Amino acid sequence: MFQFKEVKYKEILDLPDLYINFGITVLLGASGSGKSTILKMLNKMISPTQGTILYQGKNLKDLSSVEHRRNVTMLSQNPTMFEGNIRDNLTIGLEFQGKEIPDESELAEILKQVQLKKELSESVLNLSGGEKQRLALGRLLLLDPQVYLLDEPSSALDDNTEEIIIQMITEHVKKRDKSVIMVTHSKNIAEKYADEILQIGHGRVLNRR
Amino acid sequence: MRGIIDLSVTQVILSYIFVVIVLFILKKRGIKREKEMLISSFRMTFQLILTGYVLVYIFKNPNPFITVALIIIMECFAIYTVFQKFKGKLTNKLKQVIAIAMVIGTISCLTYFLMIVIRIYPWYDPQYFIPIAGMMIGNSMTGISLAVKSLLEGMTLQKNVVEEAMILGASPKMATKGIINKTFDAAIMPTINSMLGMGIIFLPGMMTGQILSGTSPATAVNYQIAIMLGILGAVSLTVILLLQFGYRSFFNEEDQLIQ
Ligand SMILES: Nc1ncnc2c1ncn2[C@@H]1O[C@H](COP(=O)(O)OP(=O)(O)OP(=O)(O)O)[C@@H](O)[C@H]1O
Ligand SMILES: [Mg+2]
Repeated sequence: MFQFKEVKYKEILDLPDLYINFGITVLLGASGSGKSTILKMLNKMISPTQGTILYQGKNLKDLSSVEHRRNVTMLSQNPTMFEGNIRDNLTIGLEFQGKEIPDESELAEILKQVQLKKELSESVLNLSGGEKQRLALGRLLLLDPQVYLLDEPSSALDDNTEEIIIQMITEHVKKRDKSVIMVTHSKNIAEKYADEILQIGHGRVLNRR
Repeated sequence: MRGIIDLSVTQVILSYIFVVIVLFILKKRGIKREKEMLISSFRMTFQLILTGYVLVYIFKNPNPFITVALIIIMECFAIYTVFQKFKGKLTNKLKQVIAIAMVIGTISCLTYFLMIVIRIYPWYDPQYFIPIAGMMIGNSMTGISLAVKSLLEGMTLQKNVVEEAMILGASPKMATKGIINKTFDAAIMPTINSMLGMGIIFLPGMMTGQILSGTSPATAVNYQIAIMLGILGAVSLTVILLLQFGYRSFFNEEDQLIQ
């Protein structure tokens, strides 16, 4: 799916030769090792300072960034909320992409899926970190891209909720033949759900399983 | 109607009494602003006298080249003032946009206003061309300054929001829409507010000047209405042009935020 050729990003990443295949890939690695930076290159939020990245055989440089981000969409490590209530924040991605907004019941269903026990009309101002994360996951599920880039989607969740959420995502994408590239600190999650695990250290791939 | 009371040099000097009184009060109160007060009074006097001589000469010798040259100087000065105000904060791309917006916005409104609304003859008649150009360029300069300030602030404070929007598949234009709208408001509000208060809260300077120099208030009012609408047009157009192209200067060709 993704192929890195002689890729460097500033002094941070050095990835001479890396494949990321369809399915569920997990990136593990110490804080500051460059995991988020890799994800940002995958959805073209940043471009490598050297080398090329191919997505399904096409050079990322030649793809429209906006289109590409609609196919390969990221859940950021610290998702930002937009002005408005929970409903606005769920549907804003669909609005950006000119897609149809589902009805009330479907939106409420998404909230349930991400374990968020809130009303659609509630403000986002008082949401906790973990709640914001799940709301952002909800809006990503609504967009349902080809590739989900998840940057520590469960970092602010308790073990129990984490398990439920990751289980739900993996089922969701498998059912629809989509892919996930996920950063996590949990070895346990990695072992349990990943098709492939990439161990990142100091901007390099140390090991893959 | 009575004739105009010509103001002699002695009379002008008499009005300097105000400055003397203020200086006296400042001294007594221990407010250390005497220097600024004196310098600004003298500078204002000197600049206006100089301008007076220049205008007297130009009005006596109307010449298309001089008119055009003066407009170019005014534009350059206005653009330079904006650049100075945001020294070190403007990218070259944004500077280009500012200059182009300023020139196109003011010149197009000015041309329409002079040729079609007022219908001056000859087209370069400095008596009309210069003061009206001054008002349009001056107000547009203020509008652009406010717009640039709000745009820079928005792109810094709301960087996360812009980034998140792009992650969700927004084009740069969609991602900056909120900032752009706020910026337009910030830039245009002073002009709108001054129109709202006009005639009730204050008498605009141009109209006051015309009345003092003997023009009938009815004519002065008509001029003021026309020029106010012209200014509104020029300010809006420059700011719209700035925003239409300015937001792009924060992104590269790959639709990524420039760090
Ligand atoms: N735009 C940038 N310019 C320069 N350095 C950067 C930039 N972005 C990140 N870095 C640095 O690159 C390194 C990798 O950052 P990155 O966010 O990818 O780490 P990470 O593996 O996601 O860490 P964490 O687990 O803490 O989220 C860090 O040292 C960071 O300070
Ligand atoms: Mg990270």
